[in-house]
Amino acid sequence: MASEPQGGLTEYIRHHLTHLKPPHVSEGGFWSVHVDSVTVSLVLGVLFCLWFWLLARKATAGVPSKGQAFVEIVLEFVDGQVKDVFHGDRRFLGPLALTVFVWVFLMNAMDLLPVDLLPWATEKFGLSHFRSVPTADVNMTFAMSITVLLLVIFYSFKAKGLGGYMHELFTAPFGKWFAPFNFALNLVELLSKPVSLSMRLFGNMYAGELVFMLIAGLFSAGSWLLYGMGIIGYTVWGIFHILIISIQAFIFMVLTIVYISMAHDHH
Amino acid sequence: MELVAHIAQVQGFTAIALGLIIGFGALGACIGIGIMGSKFLEAAARQPELVPLLQGRMFLLAGLIDAAFLIGVALAMYFAVANPLLSSLSAAAGH
Repeated sequence: MASEPQGGLTEYIRHHLTHLKPPHVSEGGFWSVHVDSVTVSLVLGVLFCLWFWLLARKATAGVPSKGQAFVEIVLEFVDGQVKDVFHGDRRFLGPLALTVFVWVFLMNAMDLLPVDLLPWATEKFGLSHFRSVPTADVNMTFAMSITVLLLVIFYSFKAKGLGGYMHELFTAPFGKWFAPFNFALNLVELLSKPVSLSMRLFGNMYAGELVFMLIAGLFSAGSWLLYGMGIIGYTVWGIFHILIISIQAFIFMVLTIVYISMAHDHH
Repeated sequence: MELVAHIAQVQGFTAIALGLIIGFGALGACIGIGIMGSKFLEAAARQPELVPLLQGRMFLLAGLIDAAFLIGVALAMYFAVANPLLSSLSAAAGH
């Protein structure tokens, strides 16, 4: 925190809640892209793909290496979850679930880095604001959940056809005499899915990040007692947070599978 | 001086709201987790062979129950750190 602007805890946290944006764009305009979220998520996505791809290429039927065993465990875990929920062709849903799970987990895991590590590193290059957790950015989680919504709509059309899906939208659950009411109900159901999916992940990660920042504020409080409490608090919350980030990645994956397999069900 | 009083009023009400958000959220989440945990332990005691199956679902539900509370906490923390309700006040004061 030595490099932080002076102004107390509030200023420290506000500084850490500011996204890195491209210079010379209007605040809140279309091009005020959150460069930090996009960069970190893309880097993690590429790392995940490279890591799994390299190990899958070297896979042997004999005694597996530790890395291959790990990849197999993750793959079989995700595939088992998909198999439990979705009975059909898993060639698309399996890889999608694996991507969602590992990617969201890696993005959440950025929360376990010390809150000041990446901002401190980027400050050396002259970038003063940097938020390292992409899933604590509401744009990132909504981007993922809206993608899931588009997939749900696509698979609804694919599984039931245009006529079948329209029939379901207008006649379930109360029959054809309540068509406008049914449609409104189904629309709310459809739209509430991405909102709850993304707000759940965002809320968890944002609250976790803020608690880390509040604890980190203790380090500069100026007393050794508070410093020690900060270290203990950071450790305890960090250990608890390992549970939270895994559960949230797991929930995001399971709900993605459930929503897409629900799109395949006929009423 | 009047402005300070207004700011103090907004901050005071915000502080009460934060307490309510976190308190009631925690109450609901804890009752939910408690009910689910007790049912899980009962089920595990009756049929220990189902524990691996139930455990995964318990964690899933624990995350779902916690989510609304944590969204509330995130919102409350946001209001505690950067209160957007004050911005209209400072705008009205001409800052």
